[in-house]
Amino acid sequence: MKTNLYNYILELADNCLIGGQRLGELCGHGPSLETDIACTNISLDLFGQTRSYFQYAADIKGGDATEDSIAFLRYEREYKNVLLVEQPNRDFAYTIARQYLFDVFHLLLLEKLQFSQDMTLSAIAKKSIKEVSYHVRFSGDWVKRLGDGTEESHEKMQAAIDGLWTYTNELFEVTEEAKALAEQGIGVDVSKLKETYYQNVTSLLQEATLTVPESKYFQKGGKAGIHTEHMGYLLADMQYMQRAYPNMNW
Amino acid sequence: MIATNQHIDEVLIPILEKVSDPEIPVLSIMDMGVVRSARLINGIVEVSITPTYSGCPAMDVIGDDISKALKEHNYESKVKLVLVPAWTTDWITERGRNALREYGIAPPLNPDADKDALLGDKRIVKCTNCNSTNTKLVSQFGSTACKALFKCEDCLEPFDYFKCLK
Repeated sequence: MKTNLYNYILELADNCLIGGQRLGELCGHGPSLETDIACTNISLDLFGQTRSYFQYAADIKGGDATEDSIAFLRYEREYKNVLLVEQPNRDFAYTIARQYLFDVFHLLLLEKLQFSQDMTLSAIAKKSIKEVSYHVRFSGDWVKRLGDGTEESHEKMQAAIDGLWTYTNELFEVTEEAKALAEQGIGVDVSKLKETYYQNVTSLLQEATLTVPESKYFQKGGKAGIHTEHMGYLLADMQYMQRAYPNMNW
Repeated sequence: MIATNQHIDEVLIPILEKVSDPEIPVLSIMDMGVVRSARLINGIVEVSITPTYSGCPAMDVIGDDISKALKEHNYESKVKLVLVPAWTTDWITERGRNALREYGIAPPLNPDADKDALLGDKRIVKCTNCNSTNTKLVSQFGSTACKALFKCEDCLEPFDYFKCLK
């Protein structure tokens, strides 16, 4: 089995899966009908992308592996998503800030991944770029609207950005697998995206009249499977059906 | 997995034209442009379809509906999903665009106009009810992943706009 490639696919896909799961929690609970539908549509796009990645990962793993077993039957330490995407919704500003901070990265990543030497990864990236361009527009618009809105919305958006900032640096951490694959032209060296990322984010936050946090203290661990305390609850919710009724199907 | 040219055996066209998008029943999957190839090979029809959006839940149903329609004409079939080249709204045919409009969904504009409509405040999307362009974006995301929600400020009709994907 191509272990490096398999682990790298999980690294890419788990961000979509866990971020999508968080957005999906808003189904029926969004602050307005339109934002509810938007968040769940974005969630659906992310799950669609996850499926493409996991179908590929299941082929590589072989045996009994399926997209579902990879999604639902791993333990917490086996998920490789960044800490940012697993952070809870708290309020709408948090949801939007988390999404925006991820979307900007996601788009930069896919713009590189589309040139991967691996045909399947390249195909998934090309397909996903079109969707993620809409995501970043949506979340970016809302960061501006809330940041440059009322006194209260500004305060909440600033609190969300301040609270989530500590998770942004991990996006650019290069794992062993990713490094090896980047050298072969298959993976993306995410450390090279960092500068553009912070430039893009800074310029939008300023437009939104928000203060760009200056803290240099950053959290990491997700890519190595060491998650925040929120992850267990998320997985318990997400995996419940497969754990309670093993092998159930739609 | 690369299928650049759309190739569909002529005898299969009338059968596939009868299969519609489950979310938009007036629109044939052929006019939608999701069928990328359909060939009769050694007695089995091999069909390739491509999703409009990655998470489009209609794809499984479309695959089943294609197999069912072909079965009615005594063809065994294999349907597979291809991601390359990625679907674009350019593949929706003229007939498809008209069907959308009649159904109450404004068809996609060209990419620049689409950007103006969704990001700027330009009022250019035509209301499907009264044809006025005095329309306003309500939400970039609508009832399905492929649509945005608009409202006409003249006749007050809310309607979907099929987002341009290129």
